[in-house]
Amino acid sequence: MSKILSINGKSYTVDVQDDMPLLWAIRDIIGLTGTKFGCGVAQCGACSILIDGKLIKSCSMPVSYAVGKEIFTIEGSSENLEFLRQAWNDVNVPQCGYCQSGQLIAATSLLDTVQNPTDKDINDAMSGNICRCGTYTRIRKAIYKAVELKNQAT
Amino acid sequence: MSKIQQINRRDFVKLFGLASGGILLGCNLSSDKKEFIPQIEGVFTPNLFIHLEKNGNVTLIASRSEMGQGIRTSLASAIADEMEADWKYVSVKQATGNAKYGNQNTDGSRSVRTILEPMRKMGAAAKMMLITAAAKKWNIQKVDCKAENHFVINTLTNDKISFGNLVDEAKKIDVPLEETIQLKKVKDFKYIGKTLKSVDLKDFTHGTATYGIDVRIPNLKFAAIARCPVTFGTVKAVDTSDAEKTAGVEKVIELDRIVPPVGKFFGALGGVAVIANNTWSAFQGKLNLNIEWNYGENHAFNSEDFQKKLRKRVRQKGKLVIGSSGNINTAFTKSEKVIEATYQVPFLVHAPMEVPNATAWFQENKIEIWAPLQDPQTARAELAHFFEIPIKSITVNVTFLGGGFGRKSKSDFVVEAVALSKKINAPVQVVWTREDDIKHSFYHATSVQYLKGGLDNNGQVLGWLQRVGFPSIISSFKPMSDYASGLELNQGFTNNPYKISNFQLENIRAESNLRIGWLRSVVHIHSGFGNNSFVDELASTAKIDPVQLHLNLIGKDRVVKGKSKFPYDSKRMKEVLKSTAKMSNWGQSLPENHGIGVAIHYSFYSYVATAVEVSVNNGKVKVENVWTTIDCGLALNKDNIRNQLEGAAIFGMSIALYGKISTKEGAVEQNNFFDYQMTRIKDAPKIHVAIMDKMHEPPTGVGEPGVPVIAPAICNAIFNAIGKRVRSLPLIDEGMV
Ligand code: FES
Ligand code: FES
Repeated sequence: MSKILSINGKSYTVDVQDDMPLLWAIRDIIGLTGTKFGCGVAQCGACSILIDGKLIKSCSMPVSYAVGKEIFTIEGSSENLEFLRQAWNDVNVPQCGYCQSGQLIAATSLLDTVQNPTDKDINDAMSGNICRCGTYTRIRKAIYKAVELKNQAT
Repeated sequence: MSKIQQINRRDFVKLFGLASGGILLGCNLSSDKKEFIPQIEGVFTPNLFIHLEKNGNVTLIASRSEMGQGIRTSLASAIADEMEADWKYVSVKQATGNAKYGNQNTDGSRSVRTILEPMRKMGAAAKMMLITAAAKKWNIQKVDCKAENHFVINTLTNDKISFGNLVDEAKKIDVPLEETIQLKKVKDFKYIGKTLKSVDLKDFTHGTATYGIDVRIPNLKFAAIARCPVTFGTVKAVDTSDAEKTAGVEKVIELDRIVPPVGKFFGALGGVAVIANNTWSAFQGKLNLNIEWNYGENHAFNSEDFQKKLRKRVRQKGKLVIGSSGNINTAFTKSEKVIEATYQVPFLVHAPMEVPNATAWFQENKIEIWAPLQDPQTARAELAHFFEIPIKSITVNVTFLGGGFGRKSKSDFVVEAVALSKKINAPVQVVWTREDDIKHSFYHATSVQYLKGGLDNNGQVLGWLQRVGFPSIISSFKPMSDYASGLELNQGFTNNPYKISNFQLENIRAESNLRIGWLRSVVHIHSGFGNNSFVDELASTAKIDPVQLHLNLIGKDRVVKGKSKFPYDSKRMKEVLKSTAKMSNWGQSLPENHGIGVAIHYSFYSYVATAVEVSVNNGKVKVENVWTTIDCGLALNKDNIRNQLEGAAIFGMSIALYGKISTKEGAVEQNNFFDYQMTRIKDAPKIHVAIMDKMHEPPTGVGEPGVPVIAPAICNAIFNAIGKRVRSLPLIDEGMV
C-alpha cells in the first residue's frame, strides 16, 4: 500500500507493507543510507531518527507509525545538529564513524530538550547508543562543546 | 607479483625494493607507463598515490582500509608533509584491491609501521619533480628553489609558482631514483607528529560516508542467509514455501558450503539464502524458512565442558616451548614461597557496528565487488580461486568499514555474495543480521592458563612456569591443528617483557570446534591477562608494590633483537610504566572501596602501561579512571593515537565486563547486544593518555596495543579495592556488573 513519508521536509511516496520498519523504508526504499543498521532490536541506536521531534529507534518502529508525521534523519539540518556537527569536528570524535549518525541524532534530541545538560543527562540520553570503537570520551566532550558554541552564538 | 616481474624484464620502470612488497614509485616517461599509472590530461601523477590537478587539488590514494583507526588521514598526512602540500587541498581516495599498491592487508597494527617510509618517499619524489619543473621554467638551478605550502619558491627572487601551475611541466620530468630522494628531518615536519583531524569528518557527521552496507547499484537484490547453528553443519531438508510467500521475497536458494583449500582462504559456510527486493524482506523471509539440519561432528561441542577439560589439562605437563630457560624445578625448591593460579578467558566475538556484508556482481567472466574489507587482495585471490576467474577480471572496491577488529579480514561474506550473484545472475548485497554476526563468526579463542611462580625472601621471582591452552587460529586453515602455533605464542608468552632466569612455557592441547579467528590484539588478550594478573598475585604474596615488582621483573636495561627490525628495549618498557605511575598518582591513598591496578604489555612492537581505578559498591564494579602511556615510536598523528587508546580502553572494558561467547550442543548461545553486551557511555571512565616523545624511533603499532592491558588492570584494581581475585572473565559472570 502506498503511503507518504515526510523526511527532512521532503515528501516521499513509498509502496511497502505497513509493518516494514522505518529503517529499511528509509534506507532501501527511499535510499537515504545515513541512518544505519546495527542490531535490529532497539539495542544500539545506530538507526536513531526523530519523529515529530521524538527520538526513535527506526529499526523497531513500523512505517505506518510515521505517516502524517515529520521524520528527521542525519541527512537533515537543524540548529542544534549544526552546533553538534561543529563540535564533533572540533573534538575529532569519530573513529570508524558508523555509529555517529545515531549518536548525533540522539545528541540533537538531548539538546532539543535540555539546554545545559549535565553528565547524568548525557548518560541518560546517550546510553541507548553503542559505539564499538569507544568514542564515548569524545562524544561527551563534544556535547559540552556544542552547548558552549551555542551559548556563545546566542 | 608476476606483473612486477614482467615490468622488470621489460626494464622501463625503476622499481623500488620497498619494504612492503614493491610499491611502484613511478616510471620513466614512456608511453608504456600508462599501463601502470593512468595518465590523465592535466593531472600530475608521479606515482600511484598522488594526483595533482591544475587547480591545485591533490588526491592521495589510501592503500589500507579505513575502519576507524584513522589510516586514511595518517598516510595522506605523511605524503602531504614530504610533498609540501597544503592540507587544505588534500583529499583522500580509497585504492581498489590490487597488488600494484603493495600489500594492503590492514591487520596487525602494521600499516604505519610498514608503509610510512614508502609513503613519505612518494611525497618527496613528487616534490623533487615539482621543483625540477619550476627550475626549468625559471631557467635556474634546482638548489635555488624550495617547495613550501603548495608553492615552489624561487629563493633568488622570491617569485612563487603554485603546484597547480606546474602540472604540465612536472608531467615531463623523470621520476627520481630512490637513492636520490631525501626525506625531511623530524624538526621540519609539518603534519607528521602533529594533530590532524580525520579527512572524513564531514562525511561521518552528515551520514554521507559509504560503508559496505550503503552500496546501491542499479537492480540490486538483497540477500539474507540462514546458516546452520552448528559450525559446518549442512542442510538436510528445507521447506521454503513460507519464505517464498513473504512480501518482497523473490527467490530462495540453497548455497553449498564452499570449503577452503588447506592452508589458505576462508570459504563460506553455506546455508539457505533468501533473495528479496529489500533487506528487511530478506530478513523476514529467512525467519520464515523451515530447515532441518545435519549438525555434523561439532554438535557435541559445549564450551563450558571444553573449558573444564582445559582446566584439567593445564594441571598436567604440556609440550615444552622453545624459549624456556633455566630450571624451574630447582627454582621452586629454592623458593621461599610458591604460588599457583589458573586464568580463563572466554570465546569472544568482534561485533563491529557494521555487520558483515558485501555487494557482488558476477557477470560473464568478470566479478566486481564492493565490501568493507580489511584485506582486499586476499579476497580477490580467494574469488579468483573459487570462481575460476582471472584475477585481473576481478575488481574489489573497498568501502568504509564500520569497524573491523579482525572480522573483516575474513572474506567469507564476500564469497557468499559472489556465489549468490552468480546463481541469480544479478547484483546482490548479502547482509548479515546481528544474530548472524554473533553466531557465525571466526571467534577469538577461549584460553586457560596455569601459572606457578616461586619467590625468595627478598621478593625476587626465581621461577615462572606457564601452561597455556587455546584453540589455534591455524585450525581455521588446517584441520587438526590442536596446539597453539609458535607465532601465536610469540604474542606475549615467549616474548613477555620480563627477564626471568628460570622460565618455562608449556603448550597445552586445545582442539577447535568453532571457526577461530583473530580479534583486536589477538593472543595478547590471553598473555596480557595471565602475565599481569599473576605478577599482581606475586606482588601481593611478596608484599611488594606491583609497580615495583613489574620494574624488578623487567630488569636491567637490555635490548633484545628479534627477527624484525624492531628490537625489544626494556628501558622503554620501564619508561612507560613510570609515566603511568606518575600520571595516575600511583601510591596515593584512595577513597574507601576504590582500588587501583596496573598492567604492562609489549605488543605490535609498542610499549604500553595502564593503571585503572575502580570503585566497588555492593559487589558491583565501576571503572572510574584509566591512565595509559604508549611508546609507539614516531607518533604520526597524536590526536588519532589518543583516540585509538581511548577506544582501546572501552574495547578492553567490554572484554573484562561482558565479553563471552558460549556454546551448547555446538550452537552459540548469544544473540545480539542484549546478551553480548558492550560498554556504554554511562559506564565509560575518564581516560587519560600519554604518548612518549620518540620521534626519532621508527613508528610501531597503535590500534591494538592498548587493549591487552585493560582487563588485567581492572581485575588487579578490584583486588586492590576489596581483596577479591578475579581469574576468569567476564566480570558479569562473577555477578560484579
Ligand atoms: S539498529 Fe536500531 S537500535 Fe540497533
Ligand atoms: S565510531 Fe565506530 S562504532 Fe562509533
